[in-house]
Amino acid sequence: MASGETSIPRTPALSIPRETLRSKLERFPWWFVAMVSMALATMGVIFSQPSYNQAFVFIRAGIHVTITTTLAAFVISLLIGLMAGLGRISRHVFFSNLSTLYVEIVRGIPMLVLIFFIAFVAVPAVTSALNALGKMLVDAGVTWLAWLTRIENNGVPMQMRAIIALSVTYGAFSAEVFRAGIQSIPKGQMEAARSQGMTYWQAMRYVILPQAIRNVLPALGNDFVSMLKDSSLVSVLAVRDITQVARLYAGQTFRYPEAFTTLAVLYLIMTLILSLGVKALERGLSHGQHR
Amino acid sequence: MGNTDDIIVVKNVSKYFGKVQALRNVSLTVKRGNVVVLIGPSGSGKSTLLRCMNHMEIEDEGEIWIDGQRLTRDEKSINQVRADIGMVFQHFNLYPHLTVLQNITLAQRIVRKRSQEEAEAIAMEQLKRVGIAEKAESYPAQLSGGQQQRVAIARALAMKPKILLFDEPTSALDPEMIKEVLDVMLDLARAGITMVVATHEMGFARAAASEVHFMDEGSIVESGTPEMIFDHPRLERTRQFLSQILFR
Repeated sequence: MASGETSIPRTPALSIPRETLRSKLERFPWWFVAMVSMALATMGVIFSQPSYNQAFVFIRAGIHVTITTTLAAFVISLLIGLMAGLGRISRHVFFSNLSTLYVEIVRGIPMLVLIFFIAFVAVPAVTSALNALGKMLVDAGVTWLAWLTRIENNGVPMQMRAIIALSVTYGAFSAEVFRAGIQSIPKGQMEAARSQGMTYWQAMRYVILPQAIRNVLPALGNDFVSMLKDSSLVSVLAVRDITQVARLYAGQTFRYPEAFTTLAVLYLIMTLILSLGVKALERGLSHGQHR
Repeated sequence: MGNTDDIIVVKNVSKYFGKVQALRNVSLTVKRGNVVVLIGPSGSGKSTLLRCMNHMEIEDEGEIWIDGQRLTRDEKSINQVRADIGMVFQHFNLYPHLTVLQNITLAQRIVRKRSQEEAEAIAMEQLKRVGIAEKAESYPAQLSGGQQQRVAIARALAMKPKILLFDEPTSALDPEMIKEVLDVMLDLARAGITMVVATHEMGFARAAASEVHFMDEGSIVESGTPEMIFDHPRLERTRQFLSQILFR
């Protein structure tokens, strides 16, 4: 290394400036090391101290609820978001206005309030509307839809309401991500596809969306991390996710520090793993970038 | 339309962008197998006229007939007409997420409904024609501008179009790459393909054009053979434009 540098002493302007130890140290992600050591230290405490260990074993039971709720809500939010995003850029007056209305309403209501609203207002309203529709259809002789009358509001589990609420909220966010992603593709792409006789939807499906989705994957990954954190809000519906279970544990045992420290560390570990995944995805995408 | 030899008929076409009039009562007939070159300063309406011919822009007044069929606003019929009209753009507009081969087979498969094998065979044939068959598996970003434009021409040819439209195909190219594209276009012209070309390449126009139209401020102001337009322009405006581009 050192001999390589001394062999070209006369052309300092052409040689790439060597990275100094100082600049390497400055750029090193110390925060990440600190975060990981904090997580590890807390894990150490959790496994060595019986009271923390007990809290961890209790709270652990909520992990699968947190993960299934987040995953299901994320997949549904992507579908809603893609449709609403396409609606936002649609030249069709009805669809573009409907999508904008949806996005603006959701953006104007706090997520916690929206969760209450969907769980206790929207879902009951929809079930009674379906009941009424079913009744009308049965009266009109469409008996195979009689099951519509049997849907009960109480029959909709709270976890399902939580998933609906999260996906409706995040659908509005990802709608904007998709819209921006589609609009970032140069106009010439759509023109080239249409000039070859493709329909608008064929051009979208085969030319625009493959490029747009690739561009927005990192942003959607970050949304997924945010959603994992925001899934803690569904504990207000008594869905037994890790936040709710931690609250129950704290309420029963009065061991507040144990419950909430464990809870915080659990979230941190999950989001850390996911963020690393998103970073790897970003790196993979930029590596295989064909532009 | 009367004469079946007239493959493109533009009749009294006007086009407005807001308050700006891009085309003023333009009429133009292109005969089957002819090469028509449009010249004129930027903003003169060359591109707009070209884009009206496959309804990428829709005329506000007048009529456009392609091979005996009047262009309408009907989506289905315009898609069929567009499949028969190849278009080559200034900025190539290749699909960056697809390989060269996939760029050429995509529309063949979904618009022409050809099988994968047939589309690939036609694609390779056209790639050979433009002289870059060896780049079939490359991505557009791995090619030079000249190569990309030749792929774009192959992509248009693979649809077996009746007409090829070229919208300033060499304007975005580095000077040393212009010739390879013009050579391909010259071959196509000699093969008898109907072409409408908006360009500033006088050499190409002289060698290939059946007729040249000089456009200014949305109108065709002077038309004739390349010799008539380049060597003996009638109008002062034409002379002025030619002197500007020749001594550029």
